[in-house]
Amino acid sequence: MSQYPINPDLVAPGALSDNERLKAESQHLRGSIEADLKDEITGGFNGDNFMLIRFHGMYQQDDRDIRAERTAQKLEPLHNVMLRARMPGGIITPQQWLAIDKFAGDNTMYGSIRLTTRQTFQFHGVLKPHIKPMHQFLHSIGIDSIATAGDVNRNVLCTSNPVESELHQQAYQWAAKISEHLLPKTRAYAEIWLDEEKVETTEVEPILGDNYLPRKFKTAVVIPPHNDIDVHANDLTFVAVAEKGQLVGFNVLVGGGLAMTFGDNATYPRMADDLGYVTLEHTLKVAEHVVTVQRDYGNRSNRKNAKTKYTIDRIGLDAFRAEVEARTGVAFAPVVPYSFTSRGDRIGWVEGIDGKHHLTLFIENGRVLDFPGKPLKTGLAKIAAVHQGDLRMTANQNLIIAGVPTTQKAEIEALARSHGLIDDGHSEQRKNSMACVSFPTCPLAMAEAERYLPELVTKVEALLGKHNVADEHIVLRVTGCPNGCGRAMLAEVGLVGRGPGKYNLYLGGNREGTRIPRLLLDNVGEADILATLDGLIGRWALERNSSSEGFGDFVIRAGVIAPVVVPKDDFHS
Amino acid sequence: MLLSSLVAQASPLSEQQVNQLQGLVSQLNPIQQAWVSGYLAASAQLAGQVAGQAAPAVAQASASLTILFGSQTGNARHVAEALAKQAQGKGLVAKVVDMADYKTTQLKNEQYLVIVTSTYGEGEPPENAIGLHNFLFSKKAPKLAGLKYAVLGLGDTSYEFFCKTAQDFDQRLAELGATSVLARSDLDVDYQAQADSWSNELVAKLEPELTAAAGPSAQVIAWPRVDSPGSDATAGAVSQYNKQQPFAAELYTNQKITGRDSTKDVRHIEISLAGSGLTYQPGDALGVYFLNDPALVRELLLLTAIARDTPVTLGSDSLTVEQALTEQLELTQSYPAFVEKYAAATNNAALAALAADKTALRAYINERQIIDIVRDHPGLLSAQQLVDALRKQQPRLYSIASAQAEVEDEVHLTVGVVRYDAYGQPHLGGASGFLAERLNEGDNVKVFIEQNNNFRLPASDDTPVIMIGPGTGIAPFRAFLQQRDANGASGKNWLFFGNPHFTQDFLYQLELQSYLKRGLLTKLDVAFSRDQAAKVYVQDKLRQHGSEVWQWLEQGAHLYICGDANRMAKDVQQALLDIVQQYGAKSAEQAQAYLDELRVAKRYQKDVY
Repeated sequence: MSQYPINPDLVAPGALSDNERLKAESQHLRGSIEADLKDEITGGFNGDNFMLIRFHGMYQQDDRDIRAERTAQKLEPLHNVMLRARMPGGIITPQQWLAIDKFAGDNTMYGSIRLTTRQTFQFHGVLKPHIKPMHQFLHSIGIDSIATAGDVNRNVLCTSNPVESELHQQAYQWAAKISEHLLPKTRAYAEIWLDEEKVETTEVEPILGDNYLPRKFKTAVVIPPHNDIDVHANDLTFVAVAEKGQLVGFNVLVGGGLAMTFGDNATYPRMADDLGYVTLEHTLKVAEHVVTVQRDYGNRSNRKNAKTKYTIDRIGLDAFRAEVEARTGVAFAPVVPYSFTSRGDRIGWVEGIDGKHHLTLFIENGRVLDFPGKPLKTGLAKIAAVHQGDLRMTANQNLIIAGVPTTQKAEIEALARSHGLIDDGHSEQRKNSMACVSFPTCPLAMAEAERYLPELVTKVEALLGKHNVADEHIVLRVTGCPNGCGRAMLAEVGLVGRGPGKYNLYLGGNREGTRIPRLLLDNVGEADILATLDGLIGRWALERNSSSEGFGDFVIRAGVIAPVVVPKDDFHS
Repeated sequence: MLLSSLVAQASPLSEQQVNQLQGLVSQLNPIQQAWVSGYLAASAQLAGQVAGQAAPAVAQASASLTILFGSQTGNARHVAEALAKQAQGKGLVAKVVDMADYKTTQLKNEQYLVIVTSTYGEGEPPENAIGLHNFLFSKKAPKLAGLKYAVLGLGDTSYEFFCKTAQDFDQRLAELGATSVLARSDLDVDYQAQADSWSNELVAKLEPELTAAAGPSAQVIAWPRVDSPGSDATAGAVSQYNKQQPFAAELYTNQKITGRDSTKDVRHIEISLAGSGLTYQPGDALGVYFLNDPALVRELLLLTAIARDTPVTLGSDSLTVEQALTEQLELTQSYPAFVEKYAAATNNAALAALAADKTALRAYINERQIIDIVRDHPGLLSAQQLVDALRKQQPRLYSIASAQAEVEDEVHLTVGVVRYDAYGQPHLGGASGFLAERLNEGDNVKVFIEQNNNFRLPASDDTPVIMIGPGTGIAPFRAFLQQRDANGASGKNWLFFGNPHFTQDFLYQLELQSYLKRGLLTKLDVAFSRDQAAKVYVQDKLRQHGSEVWQWLEQGAHLYICGDANRMAKDVQQALLDIVQQYGAKSAEQAQAYLDELRVAKRYQKDVY
């Protein structure tokens, strides 16, 4: 299986999970997807293909709001797919934007473009007959969705920092290179979706392995001190180290990740560990071998314990580092000191060191759609039609109109204002709140998230106002299930869905996103949540030791809740 | 059973006859079998010959009356049967034969022949009359100089080719030298009273001639239809309910089975027959009587300024005008007579002029319900005049979508709700609106079983079947599949289904998926016409699989079509002809002959409307 000697003592025992079987039998991710595309009796995918399409960037979903109604109508669920594009660093050209804007309007059930917490866009509600044309359309504008889901390295994030344009450009290029380097080598995507010729090859996957990774794998490139991409949510993070504004190397972090399973204390969110510093020329090699070590030592019998964070906790960070060093022949240097001081996007205009202007637009929940009185989608299309720079999706579901010359600033701003894309009425609280997609499309959702967030924020705003801190904010995140797309496990106040209208309330993360919050209330409704926040916000407003002490830091200092230090040992205690 | 071991060599029957007998008997309950054995013994005694040769011999020997019916919905059959009963009551020998079962070689031997037939579509013969119709108009038709005949037509005056098939038969029999004993009568939808009097008149005319030739015990024999195992006999034996005396059945379920974004509203209806003794077979239809929409009745009375409680008489009944309109009269389908009578009663010259132009009148009423006509031409008339202008409500027939082997004493329907906006007003179909909108679960609906022996599964469970049922045409095939499932039938089943949209209109999708998974459905091909730029229909799917369709036919498959008669059935028929021509290497004429043979052999059956 591996070209490297395996230490059997470090391999997780147990029979392989069924996902391992299906990957092995998939003929490098082909399965019988092509036959399923021709199956006119169901809008869904059969058997293993249900999982295999994920490796091609799609999830089978259905409209959960009408699932029961359709069963009574003797109709199958309204099966469709969600497509997640591969957009390393989240940069998209105005021409590409105009094209996806039209596709979303013409060919998806919801008509929207969704900006995600993984710095890319998703189409939701694509029916089977449109799937293949969709991939061909994306290919025609230079976009693909290879490996944006499944047990592979997914879309690679990169800090959205247009201000330091040169450093950002260098970091972004590494994000793109890492993404390309870690892609599956199989031609399955080209054959199935792009009708490219089937070539007789003895395909091998030198990096991912023929059985691919034990579990999903997330990679990011971050430029401190801005932690917009949430380093601790990633399996592998490259922290940019610059000298005189030029990128010279990376501190490498491994083992972050936020997902957990309710009722299984062997699962927990975990902060990443420092592996050490490497210079630029070793970047790809290190990325490759963090992946191959996880590939060879990750748990393939229990998918709930298969991510890199559990591998590191099981075999130890030192053993993990030693294995990476042995495979790369590169010795990690000590970490170059870094720190993070901020996380949210800087909404509004900023001027870069190159004199270009950048407008960050707050897109609530990342939903690009024409709402009554707020034609966001039309507005962005109009901006894209005149814009000469590029567009950058952020890891906070916002969008940056980047590289605007001074002469065009007024025009862009006027378009943004007239279409509701700039709203001076948005509070700091709203801009620092986030939710995953959840109902009605996500099959994993247990409670509302995106559809609930706007009204929840309004209620929290009222509490802030009541305690005379209306201009302050608390990093508030809602996620519909413990899988963690909304990154609630790095929020000051995190809600994780348990059931309809019921959430777990977590407190005690910090503003910078370097501490995991802890469970305060289990399986409670809005009334309990708001009552708790009312009391605590009142205390925070009065008792905080300075105006810069965040809510999360306050509740720790005040002893409301104990900090999570070593999640493996103390998250569930 | 002993019969199962009967072989041709050990009996006076041919092998085919043995097979037919076994097929028949296997479907009879003990009471029916006893009745049949008694019947056969009596008829053999009458003919003085051995059983098995008795039936034809009787017909020839004793100047009997042969009554043929061509029927789409069962009305002509009912009239034919009533006529036979009446004749038998007078001591005449009369038999009723489904035209589809009638051996055309027998024609030259007939002495007294009555034809009762409907017409469908654009003046075409009903499905079971096609063979006889073709034969009579072909060169093979014999001279019929010795034949005395009468023809009764059933039709609907709102159609252009009203009673065309009856006219065809009448004219053709005369051309072949036969003598008409009673002038043809062409009857409209409310035919019952006139049919009775026509029958009376006919029997009165024939009685002297036929009595002279008939044997003394003839009147004790009621002649059953040749191939209707468990039909009238069954229904008669176990249930008191029929078209004249419908059963008040409880509505169990009214479930919409198209998606929320569908342009169609199709309901899955489940009705309880518990306690009725009514039984049915896959292929049969359920007759449904309905109450008109009270809002429609109110508006009609308002427009004509008639008080709702005004007494009127309807035949021999006295009731209020509101009751008559709600329960007895036809309000949702228009007909020429209404326009004529309403125009006269309201002194409306413009409407009277329209009524005089038949073509314009047909176009006018085609698009309108009664209420639309009255809205267009509000006028004053008496309650009795209004009632007299309207015709009696006819029950609507729905192909049954269930098999009793699976649903026991329930009956299921697949009802397309007629609902549209026209002339600025919403419109709702009479029966479909009643079932879908006005009847609550737990309420009663008056129903009866209308058998359809021309739409039956093959006698053998091993025979493959090809079912073509787009839209609500899927209904009888759900019944077929349930029956084959219950039988554990080993024959292959291939269903073609179509509708506008996959996500919204895939009727019974979950059930069909399950049948496909379990292998009960061998193949399922679907055509969703509006899911792509180029429209795709079931006939396109048939052509796409033409080679395999041909192979199935050559393996003995039975072909069934159910659904829209106007376009679908014709397009499908053309596709079938093309397939037979192409894959069977036949000329167009040979392909037509091939399909005709299938129809004669009851391997190509249609239930279209």
